[in-house]
Amino acid sequence: MSKAPLRIAVAIAWLAALLNFFPLAWMLLASFKTEVQAIASPPLFFFRPTLDNYRGIFAQQDYASFALNSIVISLATTLLMLLLAVPAAFAMAFYPGAKTRDLLLWMLSTKMLPAVGVLVPIYLLARDLHLLDTLTALVIVNTLSNLPIAVWMLFTFFRETPKDIIEASRIDGANVLQTIFLVLLPLVLPGIASTSLLSIILCWNEAFWSLNLSAHNAAPLTAFIASFSAPQGLFWARLSAASVLAIAPILVFGWISQRQLVRGLTFGAVK
Amino acid sequence: MQRKPAKAARVNTFPLLAPSVLALLVWMTVPLAITVWFSFRRYNLLNPMLHGFAGFNNYRFLIADPALSHILLTTIVLVVAILAITVSLGAVMAALFNLSFPGRGIARVLMISPFFVMPTVSALIWKNLLMHPVNGLFAAIARGLGLPVIDWFGSLPLLSIIIIVSWEWMPFAFLILLTALQSLDQEQLEAARLDGAGPVAIFFHIQIPHMARAISVVVMMETIFLLGIFAEIYVTTAGGPGIATTNLPFLIYQRALLAFNVGSASAAGVIAIVLANIIAAFLIRTIAKRLDV
Amino acid sequence: MRHHAQGMKHAAAGLMLAGGLLLGSSAATTAATITIATVNNSQMVEMQKLSTQWEKETGNKINWVVLEENVLRQRVTTDIATHGGQFDILTIGSYETPIWGKQNWLVSLDGFPASYDMNDVFPSVREALSANGKLYAVPFYAESSFTYYRKDLFDKAGLTMPSQPKYDEVRTFAEKLTDRAHEQYGICLRGKPGWGENMAYLDTLVNTFGGRWFDENWKPQLNTPAWHQAVSFYIDMMHKYGPPGANSNGFNENQALFATGHCAMWIDATSGAGLLYDRKQSQVADKVAFTAAPIAKVPNGAHWFWSWALAIPESSKNVAVAKSFLQWSTSRAYIETVGKTDGWTVVPPGTRKSTYENPQYLKAAPFADFVKNAIMTADLNHPTAEKVPYTGIQYVAIPEFQAIGTTVGQMIAGALTGQMSVDDALKEAQASVAATMQQAGYTQ
Repeated sequence: MSKAPLRIAVAIAWLAALLNFFPLAWMLLASFKTEVQAIASPPLFFFRPTLDNYRGIFAQQDYASFALNSIVISLATTLLMLLLAVPAAFAMAFYPGAKTRDLLLWMLSTKMLPAVGVLVPIYLLARDLHLLDTLTALVIVNTLSNLPIAVWMLFTFFRETPKDIIEASRIDGANVLQTIFLVLLPLVLPGIASTSLLSIILCWNEAFWSLNLSAHNAAPLTAFIASFSAPQGLFWARLSAASVLAIAPILVFGWISQRQLVRGLTFGAVK
Repeated sequence: MQRKPAKAARVNTFPLLAPSVLALLVWMTVPLAITVWFSFRRYNLLNPMLHGFAGFNNYRFLIADPALSHILLTTIVLVVAILAITVSLGAVMAALFNLSFPGRGIARVLMISPFFVMPTVSALIWKNLLMHPVNGLFAAIARGLGLPVIDWFGSLPLLSIIIIVSWEWMPFAFLILLTALQSLDQEQLEAARLDGAGPVAIFFHIQIPHMARAISVVVMMETIFLLGIFAEIYVTTAGGPGIATTNLPFLIYQRALLAFNVGSASAAGVIAIVLANIIAAFLIRTIAKRLDV
Repeated sequence: MRHHAQGMKHAAAGLMLAGGLLLGSSAATTAATITIATVNNSQMVEMQKLSTQWEKETGNKINWVVLEENVLRQRVTTDIATHGGQFDILTIGSYETPIWGKQNWLVSLDGFPASYDMNDVFPSVREALSANGKLYAVPFYAESSFTYYRKDLFDKAGLTMPSQPKYDEVRTFAEKLTDRAHEQYGICLRGKPGWGENMAYLDTLVNTFGGRWFDENWKPQLNTPAWHQAVSFYIDMMHKYGPPGANSNGFNENQALFATGHCAMWIDATSGAGLLYDRKQSQVADKVAFTAAPIAKVPNGAHWFWSWALAIPESSKNVAVAKSFLQWSTSRAYIETVGKTDGWTVVPPGTRKSTYENPQYLKAAPFADFVKNAIMTADLNHPTAEKVPYTGIQYVAIPEFQAIGTTVGQMIAGALTGQMSVDDALKEAQASVAATMQQAGYTQ
């Protein structure tokens, strides 16, 4: 591309990136304002920052306990989900049968059921199994709702892996599990990594089940936010600070891992 | 590129598939069976005195509701509009970010950040800090320029929701499309350039066709999530004004958790399940075929 | 159903093995840990802060679940109706208390010690929280509704607010005090859809226009002239003199608008006064004044009654400890502690005679007597001019009302933004309410 259009293209790219990020930056800025500054008109870009909002939040809620629950739920879900999804995707990719496609599509279609429609049945089941307000319940629910996506992602990855290697390993006398762990996994690690990353992001941000199946012991950060949205009086600045606290860990995590995520987030679209 | 199934291997795939399939089967059928059962009952959480078999009454009242067709339409409009915006913007952005330029890594991080943010928080930012007609930034900018202030959630409710959700999902389309573009053969691009093709021509005639499969993937994955848009509506418009932004999940929410009418909510849930399966049967199947699954 | 649950138990047990190993169980609780679900209103946040004193005194521990009002209501209702047993104390309103009390979902609160001084609690408030002659919740605070206005703006415009304004007068004032160029709006009213949001206000307006929700046979009355006049009046006034985006303004948003000087008048909950008079939080603390809620045609039901109260679900396993917390948090001593720690302006209002006899409160809260009167005169049992089969002023105390109020609230908000006409909105509302009542078996 010649110089002038290239410069314009780059300028547009940067402008778009900045605009796209702006809402988050604006929220970050608001979290350091006083309530009155946060709704000042015209809006303030320069002001004396205050940490009062953050102090108030830490005094009012046990942030660490919410954040820890979010971390445990995200990681445990991802692990359990991989345990279920890797063998399934392996079987579908390397030993497809006549019904493989239907099975895969059926799995994806379970993802389209609106969660709120089955809240009461699930609540009753969780009650009878003594799972209300436990991390276990949230891990199970998150695992099951993300499993279809994980199977699909892993399946598309595995399919790109040369079959010969697997067959060679089988001929050498390795059993299925050995084949998966020793031969396949190292090859598809980028795919597993990005599947895990996506799962962590989805779990972190899941709000419906987290709110409805937890009370105190298992409440993650999405419940934390629900205790700050729209309280009385002026609440913009404090809500912004609470939001920053809720999204900061996952955002930083996303930034660090984005290269990995990009490499794996193809769902078989790249040949 | 399509591979043939390995015929030599005599592997029993049942133990590999069974855990996932069984788990999903239980996850789907048990609540579904209970939901279908409830949908034929008179069952309001708040009124235990009211019980018994309702026949098709829950369905009858739902289908007789003149709002239902509007709600189904809103559900579809949301999905289609957001898909159109995220895919087209995502494609253009992917083409731009496929160039190498200073600070591309940082710009890309900024670009994809909204995808990591929980929907509730996104909606709160847009509602309170940006689109609020009195205190919001957009209103302040409009006043500064002497333009009329837009009451986003009052006069353009559906568009407001579309904007917010598009902002969240554009990074997803962008990421997948960018990955696809990066696999494009550089020699092919060079050849096109030598033939005198401009960047616009290259975008439409080489890059877009190359992204076709990736676009299918984006459409499929986003459809699955966009059919369930809920948090953004809940936080901003609560389905209104009127029923302007009520989609199917929100309708079910209203029946189940505002009215606590489990019978009626279950009937709406069953309709949603039927809808999901119709879409799965047509859309996902068509796309899956293109991806030679 | 039982059968399914058993099957699920086995399937889930298998699944849990992997997860359970990692997580351990979080069910281990000592007998003296109670879980309290409450709303994130400033009064309750304060209670949460001060409750460490109770924990220290009694050696018990509290797990707090603080949520915004709508989420809390869903959470608590799902749990109590399914006997989930997640909570030992619930924060509920005067709407839920009698309904849930009648279902025996709540523990009856008798046998409070003499030191609690139950007679000090306003009888009308106690009655609102009772069913079948038994008390099912103790009030944390109670409120009515009245008119806030900006004294400085009225003076500047040479206007005088009467002690009992009429809605016609309010409309004239709003017209004179609207100055859109300076983002000053004559009147701020709730517009956010919801039975506890726009409908709470609108119900009082319909009442004073002579309307009612149902006739004595539970036939919906939304297609009557009284409803039409009230809704048209509201929408016309809001269009001309209200703030933009009124359809997303609830109590909180309007309070924020008023506190930052954007509203000349605001008709809403009396419990909003504490914050507006608080110099730390309000830019108009020295300019705000109040008067009675306006009336239109009849005085009935022109101002509402609401109480946030604490109740114990029958599924609680710590009833004794929960009762002890109830006694502590709604006691005279608690109100005094708040007065000493945070100032008397913001103590929980509307519950005890002694608060309104306390000179420190009367001095700090100029609105005190007015609020007390409004609460005492709000008549839950005769909310309308014509006879009705229900109680409740800004709600109808039947389980179906949440559904009805929400749907009608949506229609009214639709009319407010001009998405539909008042005629269409009320016609659809009437049809929808009729269907709900038929489904619930009130009408044939």
